[in-house]
Amino acid sequence: MKIKFYIILLYAIFLNLPAIAHHDEFNIFLIENSENIIKSSAKTVDPILRDIQSFDDEIVSRFLELWKSKSLYYIKDTKQLVIVYENDESFDALEIDGLTWIGNYSKKEIKKIKPNSGVRAKIDSLLVKYQISNSDINVRQKSLNSLKRNIQPEHLAVLQDAYINESDAELKTAIDRLLKFAIIKYSDSNDKKLEIIESFKGDTAIEIRASLNQLLNSSEVKVGISLPDNKNIARIIVPGFTIKNSNGTSGKTNFFNEDVEMSIIDAYDKLYAENLVYKKRITPEELKKILEQNIIGDTIGGYFISSLDNEQTRIAAYNELVVNNLAPLFVSESKIIEEVNKFIFYSVYNETSPEVTNAALDTLASINFRVQIYKYIDLFIDGLSLASIYFLGAIGLAITFGVMRVINMAHGEFIMMGAYTGYVVQQFISNHTLSLLVALPLAFIITFTAGVIMERLVIRHLYRKPLDTLLATFGISIALQQIAKNIFGTQARPLTSPSWLDGSLSLSDDLSISYIRIAIFILSLIFLALLLFVMNRTRLGLETRAVTQNPVMAANMGINPERINMLTFGFGSGIAGIAGIAIGLFSKVTSELGSEYIVQSFMTVVVGGVGNIWGTLAGASLIGFLQKFIEWFNPSNTLAAQTYMIIFIILFIQFRPKGIVALKGRAADD
Amino acid sequence: MTNSINDLLARHTLIFTIVIVIFSLFITFFSEPYGNGLISTSFVKTLGKTVCLCIIALAMDVVWGYCGILSLGHFAFFGLGGYMIGMWLMYERTAIIVQEAATNELLPLTETELSNAIGNQIFGVVGGYDIPSIWMFADSLGLQLILVIAVPGILAFIFGWLAFRSRVTGVYLSILTQALTLALSLYLFQNDSGLRGNNGLSGLQNIPGIEYLGQEVISIGFFWASCIFLIIIFLIFHSLMKSKFGLIITSIRDNETRVRFLGYNVEIYKLFIFVLTAIISSIAGALYYPQAGIINPAELAPIASIYLAVWVAIGGRGKLYGAIIGAAFVSLFSSWFTGGQAPDIPLGIFTIEWVNWWTVLLGFGFVIITIFSENGIIGFLRNIFVKEK
Repeated sequence: MKIKFYIILLYAIFLNLPAIAHHDEFNIFLIENSENIIKSSAKTVDPILRDIQSFDDEIVSRFLELWKSKSLYYIKDTKQLVIVYENDESFDALEIDGLTWIGNYSKKEIKKIKPNSGVRAKIDSLLVKYQISNSDINVRQKSLNSLKRNIQPEHLAVLQDAYINESDAELKTAIDRLLKFAIIKYSDSNDKKLEIIESFKGDTAIEIRASLNQLLNSSEVKVGISLPDNKNIARIIVPGFTIKNSNGTSGKTNFFNEDVEMSIIDAYDKLYAENLVYKKRITPEELKKILEQNIIGDTIGGYFISSLDNEQTRIAAYNELVVNNLAPLFVSESKIIEEVNKFIFYSVYNETSPEVTNAALDTLASINFRVQIYKYIDLFIDGLSLASIYFLGAIGLAITFGVMRVINMAHGEFIMMGAYTGYVVQQFISNHTLSLLVALPLAFIITFTAGVIMERLVIRHLYRKPLDTLLATFGISIALQQIAKNIFGTQARPLTSPSWLDGSLSLSDDLSISYIRIAIFILSLIFLALLLFVMNRTRLGLETRAVTQNPVMAANMGINPERINMLTFGFGSGIAGIAGIAIGLFSKVTSELGSEYIVQSFMTVVVGGVGNIWGTLAGASLIGFLQKFIEWFNPSNTLAAQTYMIIFIILFIQFRPKGIVALKGRAADD
Repeated sequence: MTNSINDLLARHTLIFTIVIVIFSLFITFFSEPYGNGLISTSFVKTLGKTVCLCIIALAMDVVWGYCGILSLGHFAFFGLGGYMIGMWLMYERTAIIVQEAATNELLPLTETELSNAIGNQIFGVVGGYDIPSIWMFADSLGLQLILVIAVPGILAFIFGWLAFRSRVTGVYLSILTQALTLALSLYLFQNDSGLRGNNGLSGLQNIPGIEYLGQEVISIGFFWASCIFLIIIFLIFHSLMKSKFGLIITSIRDNETRVRFLGYNVEIYKLFIFVLTAIISSIAGALYYPQAGIINPAELAPIASIYLAVWVAIGGRGKLYGAIIGAAFVSLFSSWFTGGQAPDIPLGIFTIEWVNWWTVLLGFGFVIITIFSENGIIGFLRNIFVKEK
């Protein structure tokens, strides 16, 4: 017995039932009304719901909640309302307060109370009143959220009260906003609506736009001889010509949007459906079917079957059938157009007041203007992050190709090696932040070493033959790629970013920047600074510049050109390795990772201007922004954007063969 | 030993012709339809394809080995040729199939119905049935053959004219040609490019009108066509490079500025060579893809064009037969190794599987050839002969 009690208590806690004080009066009320509660209908429930409000708020809301959610039972004999705990064979019945155990009953003795949907709706709207004024802020929040999903006209008064009584500032704003939506949707007063619509100007929240768009919902296409006078006309539809805008107005077809709202044929069918024309259109399929049904020998309607291989003869043959009363009259294309032109097609707003819809259109336009600006900002950020990615991919090349004039087709494979380094380190160090800290220098060391080895073994022999260097490094590139494939397989390996890089910085409903983009942008800035520092402020940079400008003279000054070439090449390769980790963080690591970037990277350096780090920055910016800009015209097709961008670059090189930042004077000589 | 292989082949183009003809006859007499069937149809196709690769290698050798333009885009022209002929093959075959199916219908098809049915067959995979306007000539073999020449020719002309006019040379030009190739392949990868996106064109081995001959006969036919075209191209290039024109081309490679100062219009010469080799590449592609049976945008990827340069470099650039040897040698070896026929090498704990490691060997081998033997295998052989003397 005692154990059972504990189980029940646990059950009560599990259900999160508040310990409701025993309330005799309420119990009496329930007993008095049990008949009506058990067999409630939308008609009979009103007095109960009215009277019940005189009791303690918490008890009532608890009870209503149980009732609505079909968790209320009753004992068949006594008609006592209970809640139950279900055993295998029987129910343990408890009083409504969830504390007092009444007894154990078989499943036949107890029945569930199932209020119908009309009753539930009434309970619900009363429940809202209790919940939104609940002392617990979480309950209020929750009830507000459920209201947002399904707001009804009867909630207006409740919300108004709740707004006055609400103490929490944030919640108060939310209630206020919901109230405004409710008014727009249900209020009878146009003045109130106009005032609220006006107040929405410039607020880009998605729910406001949704609310306004809902207000601007328009009817299906209607048709008549002329426009009705007393209707709030949304748009006039010209079949085969106009498109439907999202705000219910009509627009002209343009290059990007070719889907007309209604074709001429559809318009004619509509006329027929509305009994405004009397002849049914014969579709080509029907025409063909009727012809086939009337084959006589090898002719149809006097025409040889073999001659019916074009529309004109088929129609002619069909018309012969019509003359002989074998087929319904054919409606010619010109007739269809003529009939359609006699009528006017239009759509009306569901909202009857033109003042309100005009105000909504006006507000929506002002909001969309702002949204458009956000989109431009978003486009700019997109371009910026793509530019950073290109810059990262190209920055190593800016040194090896830009400064040393060594074409390294295996540069992409150094990027890949960096990315795989990051992946392998993550297999050993599970903490992503720590593994990243280990992987960054390790990737630099590995690719630096690889670069130095490659310079010593291959490139050293080919300094005077750039085309041969291109091919030899390509040989290395395919070999490295295949080795990576053999080791890591062809499937993509994940390089997971630390959790603090997940998520995004949200500036508005339409504008959010993921942290990883910001990180890549910052990383590329760091690279730029590092590179500028090394090239302009360190001994290595000085010697590198000296060797690239005049190796013999530099050697005379005591610089070892071989050593400098080796170190510079290693440095460029090392940077590629670090870039590889950054690139791996947002794209999957495969053996083809590098080759995806190599052509664009070379483009970046060439467009920017060889031999200048600022040039690489300019090149990356141009290409990144340009690609996003082209994508913007046709967002579904990034492949086309890349194609057009490359064509642009090819043309660009024609007019500035030396790139954006061209070297002048002696340094420009090859 | 002054009559090394080099001189023998270079001086006596007749010998080259005879060798190819004997080779073709040899293959024919061992093939399935005309001989004892020792050589399978699929191998005849492989050989035919290899001959086509030799043709484009010749073109590559002329533009790079003789004229000094390292084009990393000639395989794109090859692919374009394949697409142009593929459009006719696919359209015509589908039209035949559709018309055959239509004989069961009571009424003959109208033009709209026919084109819708063909469009549905061809473009169903990319979700459409409208035949794009670039297919407007696809029903005519003659026009489509003209396109095989015209499309790559015009593309090469525009690109070459722009590039040479603004004096883009050396590695810059290489990168630009590579970019052109990338742009083209990316464009073809789109579904709305009108060429079936990444599905490419398929069923090209079925030649409409002569399907009844069977693949054994058709493959021999294409093999012969490829060999004859190879001989023609070899003779043309050989005499062209021996002429004064060839000398100017070679001089441009060696010192472009000096040739310009001598009063020659270097750009015109380069443009001519660039366009000519592009057209020949395209024709080679038009011969290749009916034997391969399928073409998709991946074939045009920049890497294919670089491989082409690798073949020529391995064979020996600046010598026509070097290009042929390189292309034949490397492509046959590649298909042998990657086809899984080469025996694996067990090294105790590790077995070298050639399917996986052939590319690595090719890559590093290529690096070694580039460093140590500028003129590839031919140069290597010549060095040996010269030393013996």
